[in-house]
Formats: sequence, C-alpha cells, structure tokens
Amino acid sequence: MVNAPLHIITLVKWVPDAQLERRYDAEGRIDRSEGVLSELDEYPLEAALQLREAAQDREVRVTALTMGPAGSSTAVKKALQIGADDAYQLTDEALIGADIWASSVALKAAVEAVAGAGEFDSGEPEYLVLTGMASEEGESGAIPAQLAERLGAHVVTYATSLELAPDRLLVTRSGGTESQKVAVRMPAVVSVTDQANDPRYPNFKAIMAAKKKPLTRWNLADIGLRPEEVTAKVRVLTTTARPPRTAGEIIIDEGDAGLKVVEFLAKERLL
Amino acid sequence: MSNVLVFFDELGDALSPAQRELIAQAQSLGDVHVAVGAYQGDPTPALAISDIGEVYFAESSLPAPEVAVVDLLETAVAECGAEVILGSSTADITDALARLAVRLDTGIICGVGALNGELVATKSELAGSYTTMSQLIPAPGRPLVATFKPNNLDPQRVDALLHAGDQPDGTVLPVRPSVGGVEILERTALSVSARPALAEARVVVAGGRGVEGDFTALEELADELGAGLGASRAATDAGWIEHAAQVGQTGVTVSPQLYISAGISGAIQQRAGMQTAGTIVAINKDEDAPVFEIADFGVVGDLHDVIPQMIEELRRRRG
Ligand SMILES: Cc1cc2nc3c(=O)[nH]c(=O)nc-3n(C[C@H](O)[C@H](O)[C@H](O)COP(=O)(O)OP(=O)(O)OC[C@H]3O[C@@H](n4cnc5c(N)ncnc54)[C@H](O)[C@@H]3O)c2cc1C
Ligand SMILES: Nc1ncnc2c1ncn2[C@@H]1O[C@H](COP(=O)(O)O)[C@@H](O)[C@H]1O
Repeated sequence: MVNAPLHIITLVKWVPDAQLERRYDAEGRIDRSEGVLSELDEYPLEAALQLREAAQDREVRVTALTMGPAGSSTAVKKALQIGADDAYQLTDEALIGADIWASSVALKAAVEAVAGAGEFDSGEPEYLVLTGMASEEGESGAIPAQLAERLGAHVVTYATSLELAPDRLLVTRSGGTESQKVAVRMPAVVSVTDQANDPRYPNFKAIMAAKKKPLTRWNLADIGLRPEEVTAKVRVLTTTARPPRTAGEIIIDEGDAGLKVVEFLAKERLL
Repeated sequence: MSNVLVFFDELGDALSPAQRELIAQAQSLGDVHVAVGAYQGDPTPALAISDIGEVYFAESSLPAPEVAVVDLLETAVAECGAEVILGSSTADITDALARLAVRLDTGIICGVGALNGELVATKSELAGSYTTMSQLIPAPGRPLVATFKPNNLDPQRVDALLHAGDQPDGTVLPVRPSVGGVEILERTALSVSARPALAEARVVVAGGRGVEGDFTALEELADELGAGLGASRAATDAGWIEHAAQVGQTGVTVSPQLYISAGISGAIQQRAGMQTAGTIVAINKDEDAPVFEIADFGVVGDLHDVIPQMIEELRRRRG
C-alpha cells in the first residue's frame, strides 16, 4: 500500500439519557447509574466509518474508546455494533468526579495506550482522534482542545465534513462567524458536529458480528497513571434542582389570540 | 485586588455587547487587562474604558483557529500576573482557553453565568434543570480559567458599570502565527443578520417546521420587537433559514427575557437551548405539543393567523 495506515480512535462517552430525568447525587456528581452512548458521539463514529469506507489504498482501523463507570461498556459495545473494529474501556474508581482537566489527562494516556497497542500490516500508522462536539451532560466542548494540547496533536473543532487526502485531512468547520475549510496534519484531534452526517443504525448481522470483536478493559494502572495524577482541579460546592417550569395560561385561538398575546406581553412589561 | 485577563478572539472598531458584558463582569473581580487575538490596525481605541490596564496583542493579527493565541495568552498571563482568565463560551475561545488551562496546569470552568468575589462560579447545568456552584480547588499560583455565557447582566447595568476612559496602553508581544499544522484553505463569512445576535438578544422569535418554509412573518414580528430570529433544527435542516439560527442543544443557547416559539413542538434538544428564558410564549396548533408544558402563555392555534395579528396589534399600539 502506498499510504501509511491510519488509526482512527473515536471517543464515545456513556451519558445519562437526556430523554429521561437527569440529576445530581448527594456528592454533587451527575447520577451515572444508567446511561446510553451519547447521541452526539454517533456523528464522529459515523465520520470514522465513512473515512474507512472511502479509503481505497489505505489500511484504516476504527477503534472506539470510552472512559467511564462499569456501565460505560454499553457505549463501546454499541460502537462495535455500529461498526468500530475494536474497543477499549477505561474504568477506575479514581476517575469518579473527574473534571475537564482530569478527564483530558486520563484520555490522553488512554489514547496513547490505544495507539501503542494497535498492530498494522502495512507499516507504522498515523493516528486521528475523533470526538463529539460536546458531552451531552457537560456541554463544555473543552476536551478536544485539551486532549490535543496534551498529545501534542493539532486540533480542529466543530467539523461539518471530513475527507482524507494523501498526507492530511481536509475538514470543513463552522467557526463562529465564518465557515472554514482547513487541512490538518496527523496526529490530529477533530471534533465532529451533528451537521456532519446521518449516523447509521446497527442491523442484526452487525449486532451478532460485534460479539466477536475485541473489547479491552483497562484501569488507570494499565495505562501508566497513578490516582493522584487524575485529581480534579475543580470541585462542585452545591447543586440545586430548578423548580421545573410549569405550564402557564393556555388559550385556544378564537380569532383574537394575536391580540391576547400582545395584551399578555404588555401586562408582563415585555414590550 | 486580583489581576484579571479578558480574552477577545477578535476585536472590531467597537466592543460587542457580549464583550462589554465580559469587561463589566471582570471589573467586579479586579484589575482588568485584555488580550486580543485578531484585530485590524490598532486594537486599543475600542477599549477606551476607564480602568482598563494593559492590552496585549501579537505583532500581526491572529485570527481563529490560529493556535498561536495560546502562546499570546500564556505570555500575557505571565506579564500581568493574572489570577483569573476569562472569555466568552464560544467555540474558538473555548479551544484557546482549554489549551491555556493545560499549559498553566490549572482547572477550567466552562459556561459560567456568574462569578463572585470568592471566585465561586454559578452555572446552569443539565439543560437548565440545575444550578450548580463550583470553584477551583485553591492552590498557590493556580489561576482560574473560565468561559462565560452571555446575557447574564442587563445591558443597562453594563452601561452603568462601564465608563468611557482613556485609550489604554497596548503591549505588542513577540508571538508569531504557527506554521504547518492546520492550514486554512478557505474562509467564507457567514451572513450576519442585521437583527440582534441570537445569543445576546433580549427577545427571541423562533420558528419551526410549522412555519412551512416562509419566515417572512416571523422576521416582521422579530423586527417589531427588536428581537433576534431563531429556529428549530427541523427548520434549519430544511434550509428555510441559516444553520446559525438553530436554537437548542447543538445550536445556540439563548436565555432572553422573552422567547416566542411558533410552530415548534418543543423536543428535548430544542428545550435544552431555551428553557431558561424569562418568559416563554408558544404558538402551536397541536394542544398536546410538549412546548406547552413550559410555556407561560400558550396559544393553540395556527401561527399563520396569530403572528400577523400580533404584528398588526403591535403596530397599532405604537401608533
Ligand atoms: C443529536 C441531536 C441534536 C439536536 N439538536 C437540536 C437543536 O439544537 N435544536 C432543535 O430545535 N432541535 C434539535 N434536534 C431535533 C429535535 O429532536 C426535533 O426533531 C426538532 O426540534 C423538531 O423541530 P420542530 O419542532 O420545528 O418540528 P416538529 O417536531 O415537526 O414540530 C412542528 C410543530 O409545529 C406545529 N405546527 C405545524 N403547523 C403549524 C401551524 N400552521 N401553526 C402552528 N403550529 C404548527 C406542529 O403541531 C408541531 O408541534 C436535535 C436532534 C438530535 C438527534
Ligand atoms: N469520559 C469520556 N469518554 C469518552 N469520550 C469522552 C469523554 N469525555 C469527553 N469525551 C469526548 O469529548 C467530546 C467533547 O466532550 P466535552 O468537552 O466534555 O464536552 C465528547 O463528545 C466525547 O467524544
């Protein structure tokens, strides 16, 4: 093969289902007893699979990596069903309560361990980390840049399209006030938005095939980290549930609803 | 008083409302210095506000996603001894400040609503269903890096807090654009609406699939109210309005005083971006639409009747 192999490591997070009630526990942490593969992490996974399918003369492997409690294995298993080739799960008691800083420390070590573990037929691989645009429950979007900084990799966030060129990746991204087309060299971390593609669903055959794919479980020691290296720098002091919004006055239009809305706005001093 | 460094990824001829708000927030915490990424000409005149210390920028403008802004920030932090570094919670600024936090080996708090004198951050979490308070675990020499959501201070309050002042001193730092890595092949400016920027607007009028392709009436209503114009993903995906107008989990988060939702069902992803609005008015022809669960005033009716009547009544009242 002409080109160096490419190892795409897609990060998938196991998060509380946003369709259900989400809450904090008494320790000020998000209750993670139940969860799903973050919907926003299906887009980078789909992008990875499309890059693999489009690469004609290149060996491409798609690895799914998650960091989370025991239950997070369902996130990587789902990724295997959707089409990842292999998967890794990082679980450790010391990661409970990890903040952005600690998460990116752990993910950096995990990405390096994954990259180190991969064996390729066609030579030394380049690697590319794909992430979602944001965690569904944290919504910071800060992990991709932190991870890149720690890995010494380039970063492109908010990708809306990705295309492999021989020595680099072409990415369209949406910056705040402009759309940019950029070329990025590996190693790179690219976060992918929900505008990038339509994620596929696993079919029965894929679900059966996934059972035979390798899933490796690691703790911190396995990736060479000590618990004190992932101590959070930020602590949550209090969490307060907001009283849920309650329905106000609902009227049925009898030909004068427009007037009534304006009356309401005037009464509430919103005009 | 602590030293606070405020980061603007770009600075035009005048500060944007979000930039003014950020300076007002920062001045309540200490002595404010500013680092500017992209600029044209001289960035200091736009910062002629009293009590602004140094303004740091590189020899040449550093437009996002230029990573050299992280070098600029790192140097500026060392120059002014910043104990707090603040920026808005936009994508490009988050990227820069997230990297900076790694370099400074410190924590970052994203999407803050308010920061008090003890540097305790108040945030809205889980799509507005919780309010949390958090803080950096204190350690000597460890500054706080935080990104702010706009629209937490009233514009009148911001005006009252900021006074015109002398043009501050500019300090050019020896930082150069990076080479290689990420090469920009093409930049296309997204059309900017003449209406108030969505994230900063005090009033937002938003339309969904029920608008059925034509946003003209909603635009007129928005203009009557001086509002920003938003949309659901169904409307932006259909191409009826630009993607930048999308309100919700994967679009813009808005927290206006008034949100008028028309022809939007109120899916969880849409609610995630608007349910902290002060007052929500919903117009939907389906009485079971989930948006009515959170509306302060709801109209079960056809938006094609209700919106034009609202416009007419607003015009009549204004004479
Ligand atoms: C990963 C992910 C991220 C997403 N992010 C977002 C996001 O950021 N923002 C977002 O909005 N959505 C988002 N969505 C999509 C979201 O789930 C909904 O599909 C979307 O919000 C629906 O838009 P809608 O309410 O306009 O359309 P619909 O759900 O089709 O609702 C249209 C509504 O209009 C009403 N209607 C129709 N005609 C009229 C009329 N003439 N007068 C009055 N009412 C009328 C109908 O009764 C109906 O309630 C996301 C989805 C996913 C999977
Ligand atoms: N614990 C985790 N495990 C796997 N991926 C993660 C984790 N945390 C963050 N990510 C990835 O980083 C992206 C951005 O997350 P965040 O910066 O937390 O909003 C997510 O969409 C994920 O792809």
